Amino acid sequence: MATLTYREAIRAALSEEIERDPNVVIMGEEVAQFNGAYKVTEGMLEKYGPKRIVDTPISEAGFIGMGIGASMLGIRPVMELMFWSFFSVAYDQIVNNAANVRYMSGGQIACPIVIRGPANGGTNVGATHSHTPENILAHHPGLKVVVPSNAADAKALMKTAIRDNDPVMFLENTLLYGIAGEVPDGDICLPFGRAHIAREGKDLTIVTYGRCVLHSLAAAEKLKADKGLNIEVIDLRTIRPLDVDTVLKSVAKTHRVLIVEEQRPFCSVGTMLAATIQEEAFDELDAPILRVGTIDAPAIYAPPVEKNYQLPNPERVIEGVLKVMR
Amino acid sequence: MSKKSSPAAPSEPADVSVAVPSPHAAAPANAKLTTEQRIELYRKMVRIRRFEERCLPVYNAGKIGGFLHLYIGQEAVAVGACSLMGKDDHVITAYRDHGHAIAVGMDTKPLMAELYGKVTGCSKGKGGSMHYFAPELNYWGGHGIVGGQIPLGTGLAYAVKYQGKKGAAMAFMGDGAVNQGAVHEAYNLAALWDLPVLFVIENNRYSMGTSQERSSAGVLGKRAEAYDMQWYQCGGHDIYEVRATLDEALTRARDQHKPAVVEIDTYRYRGHSVADPDKTYRDRKEIEEKVLTTAIIEEIDAAARAEAERAVEFAEASPFPTAEDIQKDVYWETDQPARTSEGRIFFNNVK
Repeated sequence: MATLTYREAIRAALSEEIERDPNVVIMGEEVAQFNGAYKVTEGMLEKYGPKRIVDTPISEAGFIGMGIGASMLGIRPVMELMFWSFFSVAYDQIVNNAANVRYMSGGQIACPIVIRGPANGGTNVGATHSHTPENILAHHPGLKVVVPSNAADAKALMKTAIRDNDPVMFLENTLLYGIAGEVPDGDICLPFGRAHIAREGKDLTIVTYGRCVLHSLAAAEKLKADKGLNIEVIDLRTIRPLDVDTVLKSVAKTHRVLIVEEQRPFCSVGTMLAATIQEEAFDELDAPILRVGTIDAPAIYAPPVEKNYQLPNPERVIEGVLKVMR
Repeated sequence: MSKKSSPAAPSEPADVSVAVPSPHAAAPANAKLTTEQRIELYRKMVRIRRFEERCLPVYNAGKIGGFLHLYIGQEAVAVGACSLMGKDDHVITAYRDHGHAIAVGMDTKPLMAELYGKVTGCSKGKGGSMHYFAPELNYWGGHGIVGGQIPLGTGLAYAVKYQGKKGAAMAFMGDGAVNQGAVHEAYNLAALWDLPVLFVIENNRYSMGTSQERSSAGVLGKRAEAYDMQWYQCGGHDIYEVRATLDEALTRARDQHKPAVVEIDTYRYRGHSVADPDKTYRDRKEIEEKVLTTAIIEEIDAAARAEAERAVEFAEASPFPTAEDIQKDVYWETDQPARTSEGRIFFNNVK
């Protein structure tokens, strides 16, 4: 067991996979000489050389598309988007080529690419750099979507992502990069679609993922101290595939659900969760399913307003829990 | 064939007739061809023509869905180009993809069945006319979004070079694609990283219904110069000229990992797709076609017609995919005997 930051954990996964498989290539803007815009790939160029760690121009449609093409011939590119927000300029490549090429070819082609980078608000970088497109990506059959909340999961899920023969969209978080956690030693992969019960409880289930797991856990502790409530927190870890069973099992135990997500409400991941829960566990519910997410507007710049009001935070989670408990 | 380093106007469409000896017949790529190989080139072009002509009544009878973009008039380009392919050379193209599919060696029965949407189709009825693939023949589609396949072709070249193979990728596009940003991003990456890719522009003068003059500034191939890429321009109705030009560019790509743009002047005789009646934007006299008559040509023609007929019969007799097939071939993982992930991966509404 080692204590690694989320950033170091991802770097460890990338490094181990580079060493394991000669077809793994790390590519993206500033990943090599600059050591990564968020230093995830720091030191990797020096260690693995320019064939394996490749700087690209600012040209997302070009290099993401190129990576997809290379993956069809057996290369395993791990492409960094400096921000997932920039996926929009490569959207055609991702949804029409990566997601569809297997299907349109009748299953003749595999596309083992990983696209990774941070997808979060809360850093006061405004609307163009604060997108959280996990719902948009998960909407496309053919893609897998991964949203780790901690260092150990980030490492184990990244290793799974690189070995996966399907295109994997790996969404990190700049506000998690510096957070340290215990990471098991060794070659450990975590299967996609296995949620983690981050906190056990019996009074209400919070279904969440990514950085909102931290908000939810903080809220749960406060609700325990202040109100004596025992909140269960489920960290989904991956959006597609989705561990529906773990969610439904928890609902059968607590009968109350709050979904916490850094998503605007309209067609969010939580929308899908709420629909699924009411379709498959309606009789278990003692209250309507509520959601705490991003206030429905483009990401505001004003730093305290974004943090305190627009995005989910422990206070807003507590408010949401109390509404469901009412 | 001409290697360009300065502006030049596109040439007029060449005469289709092969009765006139081609000035390019003696080029190295062509001089070494045996008589049988020459006949085979012609046979392939005729097979494409007859296949597509046979598609028309089927389409008009409502048996083919969606779009049908015919390659008629451009056969010499795909056949000439694909005849140069070695084992580590790769081809990718846009939605006008029937010609390339036959040129790389795909069987016409699954091609016709794909148009019918039958499970025996080359993409199991999941791709349709615009999405033919044959990775075992190094044919990577068949892509529907204008210019979207060009970064993929660049990636094929990247992989060939990365794996230390001596090969190249030919990424075909129409003249309409040159204005897409993805194409320019791919040009830049290929030139920047010395990738063995040829960007082949099949300039048939029209991006859908809009003529080149109304859509694109300047000479299309010349845009390569901005990226310090070599570029070539040649006629697309003389298969020897296509072969001579692409042979030089391919050799350079394979040996020196140098990309190039090759603008091939061609002409599609039909509308953009069959749904396009082609009555509004072109002068009818532009669409004349010359036909050869010799004994061997008659034999080839009869065989190609018979082949197209057999393809139709095969397609007619084949079943459609089942409802259960809809969610197959989506993920590599779910097509295997055992899944590697857990949880729900497909989300179905209540039945």
